[in-house]
Amino acid sequence: MNKDANFLPESTFKISNEDSICRCIAHEKPKAYSTTLGRVVLDKEEKCLTKRLNTKIVFITQEMQRQRRLRTTTAARIQKGLIRYLYIVIDLSRAAGEMDYKPSRMVVVARQVEAFIREFFDQNPLSQVGLVTLKDGVANSLTSLGGSPESHIKALMGKLTSSGDASLQNGLDLVQSLLNQVPSYGHREVLILYSALSTCDPGEIIETIQKCKASKIRCSVIGLSAELYICKYLCQETGGSYSVALDEFHLKELIFEHAPPPPAIAEFAVANLIKMGFPQRAAEGVISICSCHKEAKVGGGYTCPRCKARVCELPTECQICGLTLVSSPHLARSYHHLFPITPFDDVTPSATNNPNKLPKICFGCQLSLLNPGNMPAPCVSCPKCEQFFCLDCDIYIHESLHNCPGCESFRHSKLVVA
Amino acid sequence: MTPVSSKLYADDVSLLMVLIDTNPFFWNSAQSTLPFSKFLTHVLAFLNSILLLNQMNQVVVIAAGYNSCGYIFDSSDPQNQNKRAEDLLHKLEEFVDNDQELCREESVDGPGFSLLSGSLSMALCYIQRVFRTVPLHPQPRILCLHGSPDGPGQYVAIMNSIFSAQRSMVPIDSCVLGAQHSAFLQQASYITGGVYLKPQIFDGLFQYLSTVFATDLHSRYFLQLPKPAGVDFRASCFCHKNTIDMGYICSVCLSIFCKHQKKCSTCGSVFGQAQTQNSSTTPDRKMKMPVDG
Repeated sequence: MNKDANFLPESTFKISNEDSICRCIAHEKPKAYSTTLGRVVLDKEEKCLTKRLNTKIVFITQEMQRQRRLRTTTAARIQKGLIRYLYIVIDLSRAAGEMDYKPSRMVVVARQVEAFIREFFDQNPLSQVGLVTLKDGVANSLTSLGGSPESHIKALMGKLTSSGDASLQNGLDLVQSLLNQVPSYGHREVLILYSALSTCDPGEIIETIQKCKASKIRCSVIGLSAELYICKYLCQETGGSYSVALDEFHLKELIFEHAPPPPAIAEFAVANLIKMGFPQRAAEGVISICSCHKEAKVGGGYTCPRCKARVCELPTECQICGLTLVSSPHLARSYHHLFPITPFDDVTPSATNNPNKLPKICFGCQLSLLNPGNMPAPCVSCPKCEQFFCLDCDIYIHESLHNCPGCESFRHSKLVVA
Repeated sequence: MTPVSSKLYADDVSLLMVLIDTNPFFWNSAQSTLPFSKFLTHVLAFLNSILLLNQMNQVVVIAAGYNSCGYIFDSSDPQNQNKRAEDLLHKLEEFVDNDQELCREESVDGPGFSLLSGSLSMALCYIQRVFRTVPLHPQPRILCLHGSPDGPGQYVAIMNSIFSAQRSMVPIDSCVLGAQHSAFLQQASYITGGVYLKPQIFDGLFQYLSTVFATDLHSRYFLQLPKPAGVDFRASCFCHKNTIDMGYICSVCLSIFCKHQKKCSTCGSVFGQAQTQNSSTTPDRKMKMPVDG
């Protein structure tokens, strides 16, 4: 084996000896492979090429992220359904045991659902989630509607076996009867993760779909195998979205699209005043019996303002008097849905731009906005405060922070004079 | 106090973002017991001690003024390694002068509020940049040296910054220099797992800073740091601004009211009649109220 061979990662494999190519690919000599892997030597041309490829890839990914976000964000203030009651229907039929997703479809789905549940409660703290499984032709309610992510995740991870057929109609019937008990100000949603290519139903599924439509339930489906007409029909009738995942990464993207609140259809939920309590944190060292675990606990809980029972965590419903208990940060988590920030405008370095007005550093992170040689790098600017930001800050601001640093840093930003 | 799990690359290397309140109306008012110049000597000594603790520690200073916010100092900047203190003070003076020029009001009642939300947002953007560009990165945290009272108009922006910091696991420590406690900073430190402190004796500010706020995140597990006595999470109603412990929430826009109302003053939705718990599948025609969207 030629020890001086230059090793490049993946597709740009370049080895001078044909013999060593075969051996490396077959991992016949793992020792030789691993020692030379430590000495990745690129010659000058390849270094430039890979570096340029890397920056190009980074740039393209950023652009794709921005475009995707611009498509999904709407600058106008659209009424969103903030109090959501969502049922996640997971298909555990024979098809879920397929190994085209590693290690198997249901394990991948369970993992993504776990991450989704955490993200969902992060973005919608006042909402509730329930789990339903489709197995052996029947639908079972795994967990009832609740606001604590841990109980759902524990229940899901405990029961991952697949068998039998999936019955879409039974699932919809069960969910519809469960969601009818939900108060009218809540938005009723169903997310079906369907792996099977067929559905085994006891009756007319079209009738069930019409019943769901009448109950104002918004059903969305994410398919894992192929597009099914009946799922498409269901989503069209109820106003949901239908998509089919191509791989695990795509599946994650599709599931997470359901985490932020969808635009509300005005007739679906009646506006209502909901009575809620804002409990104070109990003083440290106070001993009381908590109403959720039914055992004595020391300090660190919250006291319901109406019946003075102790609860362990928020948000929750008081077990004794039924009052919904939240804290003000929970409400504040949803405010960015109500006051979204405007998308930033692209800045194109054109000849007509005054060179003195070209941005030199990003306002948020102080990254230089000039490529080597004083060429302007791509950047964006806020239409309100006219400050410049780099592309990464743009993504961070719109996806996580929801505040424009420029608008927040100037008291009179809306009246900025050029 | 929620535990902070550190992203362990280098155990005790930290990136400290210091947010200094330079609101002149606060520093000149009766509420501040320390002159600004004395305060700066304490802070400069503290920054030097942070840089001495570990050679890879990094300190960035952002000033939150009355009309604007700006970066003052970055210890990783390769220029002027010898004259850092002069550089910092020089930039701070420039910043305060610019801040004054931007002032449009003739006079201000009371101490006014500084732009904490702007400086928090800038600090978080810088931290994201550090996460992205450096493969082995220090553990970031934010220290707010604040004295001005809370500005209620900044509530939403500050809460957004707090949740973003919580997601990125960046604790926000606060050292309150004014006469009264700051509810926003108490909530910030509680939610993100930082330390909140209101020193009793301001002449010893350096001692407070170096004993409480100088330790890196990993070492905090072994120390008994001040715990908050009680964090008030009660909300205030939108109509009277009183703190309430039971109220009514509009299901559309989540505004808080203390009494039952017919119409929401924020979003204009008209509230339906009292709904019974079991709503039938066929919607009752009488219940359909026009909802303003």
